[in-house]
Amino acid sequence: MANSNVPVLAVRDLKKHFPVKKGLLRRTVGQVYAVDGISFTIGVGETLGLVGESGCGKTTAGRAVLRLTEPTSGTIEVGGTDITHLSKGDLRPYRRQMQIIFQDPFSSLNPRMFAGDIVGEPLLVHGVSSRKERQEMVAALFARVGLRPAQMLNYPHQFSGGQRQRIGIARALALGPKLIVGDEPVSALDVSIQAQVINLLQDLQRERQLSYLFISHNLAVVEHISHHIAVMYLGRIVEYADTRSIFVRPQHPYTEALLSAVPVPDPAIKRQKRVLQGDVPSPVNPPSGCHFHTRCPYVVPRCKIESPPLREIAPGHHVSCHLR
Amino acid sequence: MAIINHDAELTRAGAYVTGGWSTIVFFTRRYPLGAVGALIVLAFILTAVFASVMAPIDPTATNARASLAKPGGVYLLGADFMGRDMYSRIVHGARISLAVGVGAMSLGCILGVSIGLMSGYLGGWVDLATQRVMDIMQSLPLLVMAIVMAASLGPSLRNTIIAIAIPLVPSVARVVRSSTLSLREQPFVEAARAVGMGELRIAIRHVLPNTLAPLIVLATAQLGSAILTEASLSFLGLGIPEPHPSWGRMLSESAAEYVRSAPWLVIFPGLAISLTVFGTNLLGDALRDILDPRERT
Repeated sequence: MANSNVPVLAVRDLKKHFPVKKGLLRRTVGQVYAVDGISFTIGVGETLGLVGESGCGKTTAGRAVLRLTEPTSGTIEVGGTDITHLSKGDLRPYRRQMQIIFQDPFSSLNPRMFAGDIVGEPLLVHGVSSRKERQEMVAALFARVGLRPAQMLNYPHQFSGGQRQRIGIARALALGPKLIVGDEPVSALDVSIQAQVINLLQDLQRERQLSYLFISHNLAVVEHISHHIAVMYLGRIVEYADTRSIFVRPQHPYTEALLSAVPVPDPAIKRQKRVLQGDVPSPVNPPSGCHFHTRCPYVVPRCKIESPPLREIAPGHHVSCHLR
Repeated sequence: MAIINHDAELTRAGAYVTGGWSTIVFFTRRYPLGAVGALIVLAFILTAVFASVMAPIDPTATNARASLAKPGGVYLLGADFMGRDMYSRIVHGARISLAVGVGAMSLGCILGVSIGLMSGYLGGWVDLATQRVMDIMQSLPLLVMAIVMAASLGPSLRNTIIAIAIPLVPSVARVVRSSTLSLREQPFVEAARAVGMGELRIAIRHVLPNTLAPLIVLATAQLGSAILTEASLSFLGLGIPEPHPSWGRMLSESAAEYVRSAPWLVIFPGLAISLTVFGTNLLGDALRDILDPRERT
């Protein structure tokens, strides 16, 4: 490839604010800072794990990247092209390159359509008009994700949760995308099924040079699948590094706390847990300065005033903290 | 290890239902009441279509000597005060009822579905404006509105259908809108958007089919109420003009004066109306289940 150095996805200073409307006249009384200036890149065949607790904006970030929700500001580049302000029509060719897998395998499939038609729909939208041709492609996709082509004529409710997620994966693969956003794609599945689906995603990645933006709150899963990890807290990325660095040498106090909360399957190991106090502050009125200062065990006066920039403290290791 | 007969199980689950007789047998076993409803509706439709074959006597021919004739003999269900054959009038009346019922229901549903889908899917001020109009329409009783419309449009079959259809619109629009509101947020709609599907196509392909279940029940109930409203309008003299036989007017002409002396003039048209409405309701209930793929297993 000529431009293999160009990242599949480059996001710069992406923001998504939702207006809070109140009263009879629906006046805007405030903003929810769901995503408040995040930047990251994903290379060919790479996986970026986006982690954080519920409500930190990771799902909104994933949706904004696909322009399923319009970003407030910032830029999104897909394969070197800025798609942030493309019109619907101009965006369509880029839709082929990026697809999404949803968390809930039940509501992500139209209950009134055959599984085969669900997977074939992206093909139909993108001009594969011959039904026979579509069905052959869908059958191949079914086989690839571990379903029987005979099941194309079944309805979604006739599948198990794991099988439905495979249908969702097949649909995402149909257009031959380069990037797949996985919005908690295994969180709703049983642990044993999670492993199968993750293995499938990894096999597909090797086979097709896919890039993933893998959104999850499950650190064990993220560690297993990701090359890089971005930790989000209240709409901002607080730490961004390769997976090994994050797990071996976490730099941000929030990352430390997250990691200490991961259960270790060995009762003999006694660890010092850092349990965070308090709740996540509201994204409507985020704390001044560093968003994390209200819960940080190492807080100093400066944290309350000045927002720490995301700095590179070691090659490839970015942290947003005054103390590092 | 137990041997599972997959074929038998799948047959029971409806997996092999593909069409033709086996389908009919399958659904009859599964929904006996629905089959009864289907039979009633079928009989109703056949009666309407083959009215002149089933009742060769002219329903408008009068015979002074047969005035208020008792049921039996030539006049199977008796004759009214003008000596017109009741059997023939009821059979031909099915045509009017079918035309009005199906016509008003279809017109009401087409308008209601379009408005509801648009209102729910687009949201915002479109939704606000449409819903307020629907509020105003719903604040008037259905019959009162139909009466006003029928009176201003003048009595004819077409105007009766319009007069009955318009008041049906708000309830259809409401039902479709409320389902649409929740459906448009579903991930499968989002998935369609992610592949670049147009909004109109999403609304028709992904949202509309999922609003069908409550809509079918409502539509069949409305078929019944349209027939009843036509009867009421004709009862008030605002419906189908004379001399066409209408079940509602047959009731109205006889109810006050002859209910004691010639009860068959009231009983038979009344029975025809009740039976038809009952049949459509039974069929509608079964249809809702049959058309939902989730109910088949």
